[in-house]
Amino acid sequence: MAAKLSGLQRKEELAGYLFILPNLIGFLVFLVFPILAAVYLTFTEWELSSAPEFAGLANFRAMIGDDIFLKAFGNTFYYAFVAVPTGVFLAFVVALGVNRPMRGVFAFRLIYFLPHVTLTVAAAIVWAWIYHPEFGIINYLLSLIGIQGPNWLFNSKSAMPALIIMSNWKGVGYAMLIFLAGLQGVPAELYEAAVMDGANGWYRLVKITIPMLSPTTFFVLTTSFIGAFQGFDQFYIMTNGGPSFATTTLVLHIFNNGFRYFKMGYASSMAFVLFLCILCITLIQWTSARTWVHGFTQD
Amino acid sequence: MKAEAVQPERISVPAGTRPISGLGRSTQTFIIDVVVWAGLLVGSIIFILPFFWMVSSSFKEFGGLFNFPPTFIPSTWQWTNYLEIWRRLPFHLFFRNSFFVSSLETAGVLFTSSLAGYAFARLRFRHRDTIFLIYLSTMMVPFAVRMIPLFVLMRTFQWVDQLQALIIPGMFSAWGTFLMRQFMLTIPRELEDAGLIDGASFFQIYYRIILPLTGPALATLGIFTFMDSWNAFLWPLIIISSLDKKTISLGMAAFRGMTAMRTPWHLVMAASVVSVLPIMVLFLVGQKYYVRGIVTTGLKG
Repeated sequence: MAAKLSGLQRKEELAGYLFILPNLIGFLVFLVFPILAAVYLTFTEWELSSAPEFAGLANFRAMIGDDIFLKAFGNTFYYAFVAVPTGVFLAFVVALGVNRPMRGVFAFRLIYFLPHVTLTVAAAIVWAWIYHPEFGIINYLLSLIGIQGPNWLFNSKSAMPALIIMSNWKGVGYAMLIFLAGLQGVPAELYEAAVMDGANGWYRLVKITIPMLSPTTFFVLTTSFIGAFQGFDQFYIMTNGGPSFATTTLVLHIFNNGFRYFKMGYASSMAFVLFLCILCITLIQWTSARTWVHGFTQD
Repeated sequence: MKAEAVQPERISVPAGTRPISGLGRSTQTFIIDVVVWAGLLVGSIIFILPFFWMVSSSFKEFGGLFNFPPTFIPSTWQWTNYLEIWRRLPFHLFFRNSFFVSSLETAGVLFTSSLAGYAFARLRFRHRDTIFLIYLSTMMVPFAVRMIPLFVLMRTFQWVDQLQALIIPGMFSAWGTFLMRQFMLTIPRELEDAGLIDGASFFQIYYRIILPLTGPALATLGIFTFMDSWNAFLWPLIIISSLDKKTISLGMAAFRGMTAMRTPWHLVMAASVVSVLPIMVLFLVGQKYYVRGIVTTGLKG
């Protein structure tokens, strides 16, 4: 850097630091410091009462022997890899529908989006009542078509599907809106040209809409995966991880270890593993993006 | 990708298709419209059903919950459920706490993000880009990684079970700073040059020229922050234990929890209706900025 700065440059430099200062202090204290501390805690054993003890990789070895952790790990992948693809697909289909210039599409958009702006905890409680095995509305509706509904939240096979359905009800509208925004970005000329060439609706969907929308799809997929890997609220409220840990997610297990058993070091190392999972999934998506995302560049 | 300020409401994609032989093109479009419309209708009935179920249960008597077959229209409308919930738990305190926390957090985020956003977008200072890169990289780290050290930090500050623990750590947002910077980069520089020539200070330029032009972005960031804060559950769950300091999410969870064995679903549903309303109203009022925010952040990614 040049040793001498002009008066104005010095003024600008000082102003720059002053402008970011309020933000930077908080950022360092509440974001950067906790992240660095978490990395350190990962290698310690700490129960809050005494000082953290250095434990090397003991926490990671403990994870391999922790059946609940392994279960939570599997559950988190199960949840993410079922809820995200189905949710993104549904959102895409709904977006195509509400994108048509028809009467009433405003109302449809609003209805599909409304669950996203309901309080998550309240929505989870309402769904616990909906899933009530005897008096809930779902099992009643199923009984009308001759299906005996499961004991949704209290059966280890149906609990996770129940949570996936609820989460998609809550989240589809948000992804729909992003898709809708993406659809408007597709140049109308492309469709006009295709129509002139006699392309039918299916052809235009596959050859124009889907490829042109791929950057949006990519964004929705990556952010949805990041969100799904951090699932907590509805799991805590609706099943609290049960029955027999069938819906224990990684964040729920981290929460329990940290704030119920006060195993701060162990909880931190599991959070670190969660971070690595998210990082890997995101990196895989970014690398694969080149092959399917329209106009994707890594710069 | 560039997200122009076109609203999704104005999206129009030609819906016409190649005519099936014998049918006019408009006839075929009409048929497709009818099919799609019917599909959307079925879907929206499914999507709105939980709301109906919530509202109808909230007016039932306790016994009416367990009728078979279940009814959507309560046999007697028990309005007093909405008074009863207040007798069971101090919902006014939960609302007050949520409102207090979310407003202050939002004000804080708007203040710190717009200041720093301006500096990152406009001013030249050493290590600017490095610092900004660090901001961006923290956005990748899940909250679960930070929550344990953050809790320990709150303990050393003696902020555990205090509302400031919900407010102050949330006032600094890497995402908000990013959003502000990106928006300010789109403001033409010429506007400031005039101010600089006139000898205005950087703060005057920020306050008099940039900030007024940043209104829409501030509204977007404000609504998002407020809603996220209102909806927050995990962090308040860790921090708050006293009943009178609970936010609405915690209050709802507590209401459900204290009746776990024999849940009075009619009251719990009444409380759900009440807790869902404020944020829905906020969304309907600020819809324009909310949708714009989704469009911008959705496509800038």
